[in-house]
Amino acid sequence: MIGGEQKFKLAMYWAASCGGCEISVLNIGERLLEVDAFFDIVFWPVAFDFKYSDLRAYPDGYIDLCLFNGAIVNSENEEIAHLLRQKSKLMVAFGSCASAGGIPALANLTTPSAIFQTVYLNNPSIDNPDQTLPEPTYPVQEGELHIPTFYPTVKKLEQVVEIDYVIPGCPPEADQIWQVLQSVISILQNGMPLPPKGAVLGATDTAVCKECVLEKHEKQIARFYRPYEIVPEPGLCLLEQGLLCLGPATRGGCGALCPKVGIGCRGCYGPLDGVEDQGARILAALSSVISAGDPKDEEQEIERKIDAAIDTLIDPAGTFYRFGMAGSLLIRARNGGSR
Amino acid sequence: MSESTYEPIIIGFLCNWCSYRAADLAGTARLHYSINMRPIRVMCSGRVEPDLVLAALRNGADGVLIAGCHPGECHYLEGNLKTLRRYKLLKRMLAQFGIEQERVQLVWASASEGSALANAIDRMTQELRQLGPLRWQETVIQRMDFQPAQRVEAISDPVGEEVP
Ligand code: SF4
Ligand code: SF4
Ligand code: FES
Repeated sequence: MIGGEQKFKLAMYWAASCGGCEISVLNIGERLLEVDAFFDIVFWPVAFDFKYSDLRAYPDGYIDLCLFNGAIVNSENEEIAHLLRQKSKLMVAFGSCASAGGIPALANLTTPSAIFQTVYLNNPSIDNPDQTLPEPTYPVQEGELHIPTFYPTVKKLEQVVEIDYVIPGCPPEADQIWQVLQSVISILQNGMPLPPKGAVLGATDTAVCKECVLEKHEKQIARFYRPYEIVPEPGLCLLEQGLLCLGPATRGGCGALCPKVGIGCRGCYGPLDGVEDQGARILAALSSVISAGDPKDEEQEIERKIDAAIDTLIDPAGTFYRFGMAGSLLIRARNGGSR
Repeated sequence: MSESTYEPIIIGFLCNWCSYRAADLAGTARLHYSINMRPIRVMCSGRVEPDLVLAALRNGADGVLIAGCHPGECHYLEGNLKTLRRYKLLKRMLAQFGIEQERVQLVWASASEGSALANAIDRMTQELRQLGPLRWQETVIQRMDFQPAQRVEAISDPVGEEVP
């Protein structure tokens, strides 16, 4: 079949995303040639000049594998998600934004009006004397111009269309992407059964801590430090030195890349199996390293110690849900947050 | 829902060894207290994972009460200190979601403190009556549905308002 007419069809799309997922796919390097030998790339806006009209013209189910990255923040993202779902046999939520909302979904902690104020009006680097804001429709001589409309809440892909698989990560690691592609190729080639629907591919089912080489000593901490405040002792667990690390409540698969270089895990590979709310699990994990002092102390003293420790944890919601806000139980703040 | 008919729903997670017995005692002593709390017995307040609180708030509770043994009296030694740490951090986080402090409360009530627990429930019920309903599904999640929101005037805040 290699080089023949009957190649399988591959598509990749970016909704609200930074482009990192696309780069991570390119990072598989010369193995891309093998992907190209097996797949016809039929839609990939960042790399090829396909138009939405090409996509619309394909028969339903024409695409064998669609890697969809990015969150859903506007009507264009949603429309293309539906279109790609219709045209694809396998729809993969690729990367943190598609699978859980990612960084764009942090917008759910504020309001659309606050976002517009910041982006178009009050930003120090913006010069907008006429206070021009994007309009969904705009009349010109030739007729009406349309741009996509902005949605008040950022969603993950699964909240808009049915998905088949998740490949987590911000971005997914190139080696993991390659492994998934290889196994998809051999499954399609040999007509073997696919993994169960909803499976998380390209990751492990144990926590980042399990892959982390830093030593743990079951130590508790009196406060958290921000990365610029201390130089961590090499070889020792970062969290036990007071540096925020979400490794205990984050799915592994990346090889504990961040702690390896002295940076706490941000949680990009998402929650472990069976965990509905990543932030709640992170909250519980971090609480357990906070020292409450001597349990025989007066209650006020215990409370004072706990308060002092959590005072040093800036922005709990943004930290715990850095990548998982759209997939969280509460999904968004109400009334602009912060009571 | 008008103010006069609104009665808050409080999910109460009560520790089997103390606060659940306190609630029992309040009953056998025929104390009168608000019927707004729906008790759920747990083996220790330390069992109350933060996601249980979030799930309750998401699924229709107006508030959550966690009740456990006094510090030093937990049957699992320090389960309640674990609760205290999580609770304090959870409250900080919930504030960022726009959820008022009164909606999630922690009280210590030993098996003999039936009236203290009853008072805490009364007080919390009163506070929640004043705050009004939370109704996360209707006022926040369903409202998140894609309403085009383009003009700043038009998008002042589409979520979290009172549903008529
Ligand atoms: S540094 Fe982070 S990932 Fe490594 S052992 Fe400590 S908590 Fe786990
Ligand atoms: S260590 Fe954490 S943040 Fe870093 S790549 Fe791995 S999962 Fe992502
Ligand atoms: S046993 Fe009651 S709080 Fe732990």
